[in-house]
Amino acid sequence: MTSATAALSLEGIDRSFGPVQVLFGVAIDLFPGEVHALIGENGAGKSTTMKIMGGYLSPSHGTVSVGGEPVRFRSSDEAEAQGIVMIHQEFNLAEDLTVEENVFLGHELRKGLFLDKKAMREETVALLDRLDCRVDPKARVRDISTPDKQMVEIAKALRRDARVLIMDEPTAVLTNREAEVLFEQVDRLRSQGVALLFTSHKLDEVKRISDRVTVMRDGHVVESRPTSELTADSMAEAMVGRELSNLFPKRSAEISSDIALKVSNLTVPGHATDVSFELRRGEVLGLSGLIGSGRTETMEGLVGLRSHEGTVEIDGEAVKITSPRDAQSRGLVYLTEDRKSRGLVLNMGLRENLTLQSLPRFAKPFLDQKAEEEALDKAIKDFDIRAPDRSMKAGNLSGGNQQKLLVAKIMLAEPRIVIIDEPTRGIDIGTKQQIYEFIHHLAAEGVSVIVISSEMTEVIGLADRIIVMRQGRVAGEVSGAEKTEDAIVRLAMGLGARETETTA
Amino acid sequence: MSTAETTSAPTQAPRKINIQVLGPIIALVVLVIVGALMNSNFLSYANVTNVLARSAFIGIIAVGMTFVITAGGLDLSVGSMAAFIAGLMILVMNYLLPSMGNGVPIILVGMLAALVAGLAAGFLNGFLITNMRIEAFIVTLGTMGIYRSLVTWLADGGTLSLDFGLRQTYRPVYYEGILGISWPIIIFALVAIAGEIVMRKTAFGRYCAAIGSNDQVARYSSVDVGRVRILTYILLGVLVGVATIMYVPRLGSASSSTGVLWELEAIAAVIIGGTMLKGGFGRVWGTVVGVLILSLIGNILNLTDFVSPYLNGAIQGVIIILAVILQRGRKAEG
Ligand SMILES: Nc1ncnc2c1ncn2[C@@H]1O[C@H](COP(=O)(O)OP(=O)(O)OP(=O)(O)O)[C@@H](O)[C@H]1O
Ligand SMILES: [Mg+2]
Repeated sequence: MTSATAALSLEGIDRSFGPVQVLFGVAIDLFPGEVHALIGENGAGKSTTMKIMGGYLSPSHGTVSVGGEPVRFRSSDEAEAQGIVMIHQEFNLAEDLTVEENVFLGHELRKGLFLDKKAMREETVALLDRLDCRVDPKARVRDISTPDKQMVEIAKALRRDARVLIMDEPTAVLTNREAEVLFEQVDRLRSQGVALLFTSHKLDEVKRISDRVTVMRDGHVVESRPTSELTADSMAEAMVGRELSNLFPKRSAEISSDIALKVSNLTVPGHATDVSFELRRGEVLGLSGLIGSGRTETMEGLVGLRSHEGTVEIDGEAVKITSPRDAQSRGLVYLTEDRKSRGLVLNMGLRENLTLQSLPRFAKPFLDQKAEEEALDKAIKDFDIRAPDRSMKAGNLSGGNQQKLLVAKIMLAEPRIVIIDEPTRGIDIGTKQQIYEFIHHLAAEGVSVIVISSEMTEVIGLADRIIVMRQGRVAGEVSGAEKTEDAIVRLAMGLGARETETTA
Repeated sequence: MSTAETTSAPTQAPRKINIQVLGPIIALVVLVIVGALMNSNFLSYANVTNVLARSAFIGIIAVGMTFVITAGGLDLSVGSMAAFIAGLMILVMNYLLPSMGNGVPIILVGMLAALVAGLAAGFLNGFLITNMRIEAFIVTLGTMGIYRSLVTWLADGGTLSLDFGLRQTYRPVYYEGILGISWPIIIFALVAIAGEIVMRKTAFGRYCAAIGSNDQVARYSSVDVGRVRILTYILLGVLVGVATIMYVPRLGSASSSTGVLWELEAIAAVIIGGTMLKGGFGRVWGTVVGVLILSLIGNILNLTDFVSPYLNGAIQGVIIILAVILQRGRKAEG
């Protein structure tokens, strides 16, 4: 077959959930040896399109063809049998099984009647090595970090000799460095003639690795052309339908000299050692470091989600924080990086999720449903949450809209010090800008903010000062003119910072 | 290994009227009609009061069980707990009789003892489950055996009987009421209404559902997960105490066969009512409907000779399984 035959193609695909139609006549062709990027705003229908390709959803109308032959997948197994493998935006791992058991789930290697554990272990180690991922193959998936989960998903997909590999926001939780490792694999697969499709809200990386870009808006394909004809800016415009100005707003407000939070020698066993820093009122502090550097665990220790030692002072007063409740009663709130298993109750409604963190405020003593609805109205407006139906379950929102709901939920708690871990994970570029503005607005009102992000540009653009962690310790700090990607990477990789001063 | 979800046509009925909400109610209505057609006595005042009063014990307990199950827990010990509390209550009152004499005060002391014992027993279950982190199934299987054996031991293998005089004083609590409605029915109704309000209108009810769905999310959302969990067991324990208070005057005795299988009936009522066994969603009104369905089946079989009353358990079993199949329908759709 010539390369003119699409490995997988969609034609005239419609899809509805109940009365709401979310896809309208979607047509996409994936060719062997081509990397195809699917971009669009949150809720545009990217994940739904991909799930139809992967046999996880069936179309209401339209045709799916594999190698030119129309097919009807009744399950993802049937799609896999044809070599179509999908990595989900929200992970699809068995949390209670180990890494290696997940990699081989449903495809276990056997030796006679028994499982060939040794071969599976070796292959898992080899796969993870190829991905430069140091997670223990025997670790339970529920205990590993979100980026590691992403790597396990990728390893799992690499194992299945894919003819078509579909990846839904594979880099959302990865830092640039880990993303590079993934792209090497993408290049390898492309040269082997695999057809690849991926989505990402990081348009620079779309520009870098894709051969063709398809843009979706409100369930329609609005544009599809070779990547060489587009720039990151023109992609953003095509997605949002308007021109985007500066992504990071200018900081105007003054930072007060009052210390809002002082952390000394915070140690979280197994993850962080002797972390000390200060945070001033109205300051935005960035926290950077490679995956596994203990950023998240340090902050989880700080808010009492993990056992920890060390002293914490809030507004000059020594406090003992043993639970998120303690922390919240002091105005300190943490937004988790893991929205699916720690952030939202997926089978509850939007309203219930929004107010869960601040429920006592709505209980007088009976829950004031009207006030809750008003809070939801406000959240939908402030954070541009696109829900086809107000009474839907949170789990049915698109990934980015779930993230917006999570941000809204944390902000509803009216924190005075807020730690946001990957605040814009999976959020489209237009809304990102809104969230950045919101964060600056908070800071201007005197709220202190700690931003953890694997997107270097995000930390640099948002934060006044950046602490870099490495192997559970503070490796250094950069601010002002030194706030460059290069300086941060050097610190994160332990190359020593030439001109940077180190914190006490 | 996920199956492609088949298309739900846009012509689907509006979601407000769905089978999961209406299912239990329809079943109840059908049972009432069947009962009325089969026996003219079925809707008589005497029969209706009888059915309701007898379902009150299980009903009061099942309301508490709804909270426990919604929060992702389970309590197998309630039947033996009721027997134990009944025995304890009888012993306390008999013991105090010489010093306090017969009258309302001694009955009130007995009632207080039942409530305190229920609270303590519930706390114990909850403490072991949340603080010692033992599976609810294991803990309550253990305490179920403990209470059953304690009551047998207290009764020395026989029956503990309330003093005859005291029985006369206490009797009205089961047999009388106001406006022709007996006390157990009134208390059941009050407990059910209060339970429904707590479940739907308070932070506690919302927390139960959130914890049952995903306790990690609840923890990250500043919910005191352990405290809410313990409270569900305490609430259930106290309600077992209340049920026992209504039960003792009926027979005036307790033995090792008191309250046998109550736990299963209570759990069955909760499930039939549409609460999810794995937690995360509960409705108290559904539980009330579930209790009524279970008692009506027994009652109809007793009143008619169409099907042998010995098949009561089988029919109840079929209904429970049907209820769970319906629940699964809801999950797949969500
Ligand atoms: N199971 C479902 N039930 C109801 N609506 C759904 C369901 N799944 C998706 N939707 C709706 O379909 C629309 C498209 O969602 P989809 O997940 O495809 O968006 P997306 O382009 O992947 O967005 P994101 O960038 O946020 O991941 C959204 O409005 C979403 O709320
Ligand atoms: Mg998506």
